[in-house]
Amino acid sequence: MGAVSVLNAVPKPIPLAPAPVEADALRPAVDQPKAAPEPPLYVRARAPAWLPRLLAPLIGLALFVVLWELLSKAGGQLPGPLSTWHSAVEVFSNPFYRKGPNDQGIGWNVLTSLARVGIGFGAAAVVGIPLGFMIGRFRFLSDMAAPIISILKPVSPLAWLPIGLMVFKAANPAAIYVIFICSLWPMIVNTAVGVRQIPQDYLNVARVLKLSEWKVFTKILFPAVLPYMITGVRLSIGVAWLVIVAAEMLTGGIGIGFWVWDEWNNLNVQHIIIAIFTVGIVGLVLEQTMILLARRFSYE
Amino acid sequence: MADKFLQIDKVRRVFETKKGPFCALEEISLDIRAGEFVSLIGHSGCGKSTLLNIVAGLLEPTDGHILLANREVTGPGPDRGVVFQNHSLLPWLTCFENVHLAVERVFGATERKAALTERVQRALELVQLGHAKHKYPHEISGGMKQRVGIARALSIEPKVLLLDEPFGALDALTRAHLQDELIRIIAATGSTVLMVTHDVDEAVLLSDRVVMMTNGPAARIGEILAIDLPRPRERLALAGHRRYVALRAELLEFLYRKQMREAA
Repeated sequence: MGAVSVLNAVPKPIPLAPAPVEADALRPAVDQPKAAPEPPLYVRARAPAWLPRLLAPLIGLALFVVLWELLSKAGGQLPGPLSTWHSAVEVFSNPFYRKGPNDQGIGWNVLTSLARVGIGFGAAAVVGIPLGFMIGRFRFLSDMAAPIISILKPVSPLAWLPIGLMVFKAANPAAIYVIFICSLWPMIVNTAVGVRQIPQDYLNVARVLKLSEWKVFTKILFPAVLPYMITGVRLSIGVAWLVIVAAEMLTGGIGIGFWVWDEWNNLNVQHIIIAIFTVGIVGLVLEQTMILLARRFSYE
Repeated sequence: MADKFLQIDKVRRVFETKKGPFCALEEISLDIRAGEFVSLIGHSGCGKSTLLNIVAGLLEPTDGHILLANREVTGPGPDRGVVFQNHSLLPWLTCFENVHLAVERVFGATERKAALTERVQRALELVQLGHAKHKYPHEISGGMKQRVGIARALSIEPKVLLLDEPFGALDALTRAHLQDELIRIIAATGSTVLMVTHDVDEAVLLSDRVVMMTNGPAARIGEILAIDLPRPRERLALAGHRRYVALRAELLEFLYRKQMREAA
């Protein structure tokens, strides 16, 4: 304080009863500016930040179950949470049994549906990603494809099912074909957008160095487009998983969609609710896996 | 030959726009000696970056041509190292890999793997980033990214180094630091350099000659100022140097009196 006064060449102010706060809290900082950092004066006791983030979804789920219970009590034929839970325990205690073609465990049904999604979606990736690259790279191709994509993209994938049945003359390939069609559009469109979004700077680097086409593709085009491609894949899988349930209801055989329909015919509503949750959880797992994958390949 | 290492010969450039042709550069001629450091300075929009891109081969001149060591420039090529304004590092490659991409392209056919690695290492050490080679661009500061860009440009041993406002996006302190670094690097490598800048101090500090361009459209070379300050140059010693102050004043005079921007 004294030093400040001298520098400013003003009369030293007469300290008016030095406040205890100043003496305790400020003085050390002024007198010894290079002293070790003081411990904080007080630590506010508070719950860890993750606690409300963990609690909120649990409360949400609990409210949902309570609401469900109230609805089932109100009358009608909706089974309550508890009876559904007991039924679920039973269903999942033996998920992989086989008693003929129309009576198999829920595990088989889910796996069959996943396999259809995997095949249809994989075929869509094999076709859609290269197509997206070409459409994104060449203006002419893009203009050529634009009207077809614009018209076909909004069509419900199920509208393709009769065509599939006609062409393949069997339910299973027809369902896979529907998955293929609905996965195709997001894959093409996102890949093409990704290719168009590549910053000119990156391409200039390639031009200045005169990199070979192969190097341009592997070191610049592909990594630059990858996040967009993964977005396309994520959207496709989401749509495919939505569509498979509906497609299987129509085609029959085995699969989670058919299982729902079969249980409806048996009037086993508990099983339908179990199926809804199973579809939801599998969809969630698929989505989260894709998000993790996307995070792995995003830069900056 | 040594006096006309890089020749810019009557280069004109016209852009086709929706409102008709726009002449960005009107007959620019400039000879640059081997080992010379030349800066292009002018107000924004005067076509200095256009000229640099023509030398880089990224743009074609409408008329005229560029000769580098007596060979005509017909497109981009690794005989010219370019440092872009915004570093242009590939974000999915580490610093090492970014430089390696360039080194591999130029020396990959003639040298063994170990020699290539050695070259990358040397380039990164030249810009004092040997320790950060395994970092990704998003993990390092803006100044460090720009240094990797310089390392990449120098690693291919270009005949001429082209710098497009290399420090424009950096804060003043980092910029000063990198300018000093560039002085040291150029002294060590003896590179021929063409740099675009709008920073008067940067131009005087680094250059042998400063080429002042008139305002576009149809920009021309207004004046050329030889910076006859002794090297090695030292920022602090120069600050009060009479010749430095005079040269700086001359540049400012050109930019702010003779080439005042109307209603800028």
